[in-house]
Amino acid sequence: MTLIVKKTTQLMVGMIFMYGIYVVVHGHLTPGGGFAGGMIIAGSLILITLAYGSDFLILMKEETESTLVENLAIIMVILLAAGGFLFGTRIFFNNFLPKGEVGELISAGVIPLYNIFIGAEVAASIFVIFLALIIFKEESSE
Amino acid sequence: MEAAVSILIGVMIIGAFYALMAKDLLSSVIACGMVGYSLVICFLLLKAPDLAIVQIVVETITLIIMVAVVLDSSREEKYQKPDKREYIAMAAGAVFLAIMLWFFVGSVQSLDPLGEGSLRMAKYYIEGAAAKTGSANLVTGVLFDFRGYDTLGEAVVLVTAVLGVLTILRLKGKKTGQ
Amino acid sequence: MTAFILCFILFLTGFFGILTKRNLIKIAVSLSIMEISIFLFFALIGYVEGGVAPIVDPAVPDQLVVDPLPQALVLTAIVIGLATTAMLMAVIIRLYRKYGTFDIREINNLKG
Repeated sequence: MTLIVKKTTQLMVGMIFMYGIYVVVHGHLTPGGGFAGGMIIAGSLILITLAYGSDFLILMKEETESTLVENLAIIMVILLAAGGFLFGTRIFFNNFLPKGEVGELISAGVIPLYNIFIGAEVAASIFVIFLALIIFKEESSE
Repeated sequence: MEAAVSILIGVMIIGAFYALMAKDLLSSVIACGMVGYSLVICFLLLKAPDLAIVQIVVETITLIIMVAVVLDSSREEKYQKPDKREYIAMAAGAVFLAIMLWFFVGSVQSLDPLGEGSLRMAKYYIEGAAAKTGSANLVTGVLFDFRGYDTLGEAVVLVTAVLGVLTILRLKGKKTGQ
Repeated sequence: MTAFILCFILFLTGFFGILTKRNLIKIAVSLSIMEISIFLFFALIGYVEGGVAPIVDPAVPDQLVVDPLPQALVLTAIVIGLATTAMLMAVIIRLYRKYGTFDIREINNLKG
């Protein structure tokens, strides 16, 4: 890509990533949450892959690592949901951490943890789908 | 409010018609993106900011994937004169769609007009939700506490879709198999 | 009432595209248009006149809010729609590499 695209991406990508993390962590106070923030993080990763391009082998390594992150995140979601069995009353998906006041950052029990793990999982999924398409194009045009 | 939303849906219908009838495939994909972005404005008019954020990013990613597929090929739809079988199929399809529209107009008379809440369960969700779940955002509270199974199912569907895409787009197996 | 009927006409436009078009990209675009009309219908049902976005402000209790339940259902559906479209595009790329055309009648006749 040309120099203008590379310079603009270099300036913007950090801010988009931080905005995505902000939307995920404040999911229980402002509109957003796990899914919206996860997609914004995936958008920033796609932007930097498109602008700089990459060597074929580096893309394969990134794909392996991203699938690892995605699977770990979904296992943590299931463990967190099954944690409702162990602590508190015996219901699946129980909200077992203490709920603070409405409107504070640390409140609402388990919901911020859910937001973080689902955000990581959604971001990794969309990035892996995009990388699979690019690797297929590079591989079949050799 | 209803007038503004109706005008926007009219614009979306015009865009959808153009997306179907365009000769160039790239124009068709861009018209689909236009319909998706108009949906974002409709969501903001209907007071749903959560959905607007998700829809704008999803539409951008869908456009990226579709343009990546279309640019890699010859970009025209080959126009062949439709033979008699196709004319009969189109006419039968139009009649069927007209019947569906007539039934829908008949059955939508029993809904409340736009703007009056026609769902009974909303009362039970809204009343104690901020105190019961502890979150100020009601949609997140409903999504992760009252309806947690749906969210778990959706995360699993995403993982399965990624598994499917990785399986379809693999060339390595053929090369090393010989 | 006008908004509901126009929303259904958008759905029927997408449906007509799936029935009669023979190009694979146009079929994928029509499927996307059908999904968009369904999301719009759900959001239209949950709207309350004079309500605000469903965020509770602790300073102003007992304010009229828009129904949050259809919004939660549509949020799930949007993400699943993206996954479905991505998988459909993967299949279309494979078909194009193998047969060289997007037309479904020619793919039917080639049987490579």
